[in-house]
Amino acid sequence: MTPRNPLAEFPRRLADIGVRVEVRESPGLAPAQLILLKPGDWSRLGIEARSWGCRWVASWGEEVDQADGTMIRVNTCFEHGGAYLVARTAVPRAAPVLASHTTSYPGADRPERHIRDMLGVVFTDHPDARRWTRHQAWTQAEYPLRRDFPAAGSPPERTAADHQYNFLLAQGSGVYEIPVGPVHAGIIEPGHFRFQAVGETVLKLEERLGYTHKGVEKIAEGRAADGLARLAGRVSGDSTVAHAWAACMAMEQAAGLDVPPRAVWLRALMCERERIANHVGDIGAMLNDIAFAFGFYQFARLREMWQRTSREAFGHRFMMDCIVPGGVATDLDPRFIAAMHDEARLLGQQIGKLMAIINDLPSVADRVRGTGVLTPEHARALGCVGYVGRASGMDFDVRRDAPYPPYDKLTFTVPLHHYGDVNARARTRLEEITASLGLIEALLNGLPAGPVRAAWMHPAPEAEGLGLVEGWRGEILSFVRFGADGRIARFFPRDPSWTTWPALELLIHDNIVPDFPVCNKSVNGSYSGQDL
Amino acid sequence: MLRILGKIQRLGIVTEQLPEIGEPALTEIGEQLKAHIGERFGGSLAIREVDAGSCNGCELEVQALNNPIYSIERFGVHFVASPRHADMLLFSGPVSRHMETALLRTYEATPEPRLVIAVGECGACGGEFGISYASCGAVSNVIPVDAVIRGCPPTPINLMRGILEAIAKRSPGG
Repeated sequence: MTPRNPLAEFPRRLADIGVRVEVRESPGLAPAQLILLKPGDWSRLGIEARSWGCRWVASWGEEVDQADGTMIRVNTCFEHGGAYLVARTAVPRAAPVLASHTTSYPGADRPERHIRDMLGVVFTDHPDARRWTRHQAWTQAEYPLRRDFPAAGSPPERTAADHQYNFLLAQGSGVYEIPVGPVHAGIIEPGHFRFQAVGETVLKLEERLGYTHKGVEKIAEGRAADGLARLAGRVSGDSTVAHAWAACMAMEQAAGLDVPPRAVWLRALMCERERIANHVGDIGAMLNDIAFAFGFYQFARLREMWQRTSREAFGHRFMMDCIVPGGVATDLDPRFIAAMHDEARLLGQQIGKLMAIINDLPSVADRVRGTGVLTPEHARALGCVGYVGRASGMDFDVRRDAPYPPYDKLTFTVPLHHYGDVNARARTRLEEITASLGLIEALLNGLPAGPVRAAWMHPAPEAEGLGLVEGWRGEILSFVRFGADGRIARFFPRDPSWTTWPALELLIHDNIVPDFPVCNKSVNGSYSGQDL
Repeated sequence: MLRILGKIQRLGIVTEQLPEIGEPALTEIGEQLKAHIGERFGGSLAIREVDAGSCNGCELEVQALNNPIYSIERFGVHFVASPRHADMLLFSGPVSRHMETALLRTYEATPEPRLVIAVGECGACGGEFGISYASCGAVSNVIPVDAVIRGCPPTPINLMRGILEAIAKRSPGG
């Protein structure tokens, strides 16, 4: 029996309140259903989706030619109970005005500002008129994702610092400001944090991102499928497997291409390895941020050994470029099956022993318990996914709730916590390691025989595809539309960091400034994945 | 506390002498590094790493140099928080236009003589991102570069080798 689709009745609900809805067939977007709306109904869509209980997933736009002229098409994806829906509308390029969803969904704030900066869509009722992705590399009157904007652009001789962004100021006796970045003290990505503090207590944190904006969406245009897979693998280097998988899934859906089962299982094996590598490394880094060097070195050691196996088995320490359109680049040598079984068992034991030590230390508990609390209400409002959401009661995992092969054939536990502090995020990640180790055992045991790559075939012009993958940070959405000759016309990857960066601003409130590093690491948003 | 001590004692020192991963000996590179750093930098080479727009892959591998397997500090290399304390700058790319000024300012804040290494394919030549409205491409398009370390991302051992080559080139008689 097919489980009931919690969004099946949603278009009818919209029609009932007088919204003109057209349900369209779009196999490439499966499992999402596609609905078309008039731009005038966009605001009601947001309100109804929210009252229906939908999570706001992503929004992206593109310039297209339609019968009624050159339009800016805007898509918004919602999710409810594992069912996805893509709502689509179009506004004239000459006057691209559309209602904002930010009033219904605070998580839509920055994504809509990104669309405004990149395509020039004006979102009415948007609470924040400031630019987001745009700094000083192009002007307010230019929109890089429009077709008349060349990828080379016309940048200034030297791009100035973006020092006139209006941060919200807290005022009052004893309030002071701490500007941090874009160049940070550690070996990490660049971004700017503006703290308002009293004594050691953070009154307010405001993030300013966009420093690593590399024009990913623009330079994707015109690429062939394999070139897009390489680019997707560099949206966020720590999530190279998950992003490449999501992009390839989208392209394969657009092409109607079946990926051989063995390739799909190998993709999952790599994705679970990537999840473990990042969780292990980050737990060590969190311990480092509370000055517990022992824990840092132990987990750093485990991560290094894990990466070495990835290199031996797949040829790359991060498994970059191992996922390709139609399958995977290389098969797994049988000798790694037993080796990976042993490795998984050993890692589980090692982490167990380390956690017995760490759990014994009140000084660790003191730093992580009650620190950086993201309430379930805030997590829900922002649509937080991944371990950040799951540590704050958001019980969602694409692998379980909208299962794609091979997860439809595997059983595993999805951890859930409610307290939302650094401790809860660390626990969630530790439990995810355990679950992923179990998945690795199952994947190795059940690895089907057969080829690992299907021959690529060009999708028809205008073919669209959607990829949805649970990366280690959470749900990744990847959208592609093809143009002529199998070339990419539009690529939009939504990294889960879009949902968790705003959460960091909320969870740091009322914490002390010295706890910011561990709070930040417990969330670990990707700068590159957000900035695109 | 006893558990920590027990674990430390049982595990011993994991820092590698000779890695068996088909690469030149870590110790060999490390000892050369140490000798050159002793000769030219008084035994201590301070590096400031800056992500000028990378995908974060290069940063993860530079971070790995501090893990106990490579433990690069034992050869006299340490990563510092301020460019003002640095002898060497490691810049990963591509240089996003939004980071261009920050990168220049970091460079200018570093006292001379300073060595600049562009890290990774993107830092070396722009990589997958190249030059665009958003990207200046290679680090050398923005500031003078003394050496490049290729790779996407370069492995920790190649990072060490690249650092060694860059300072050996500059060492007296080197």
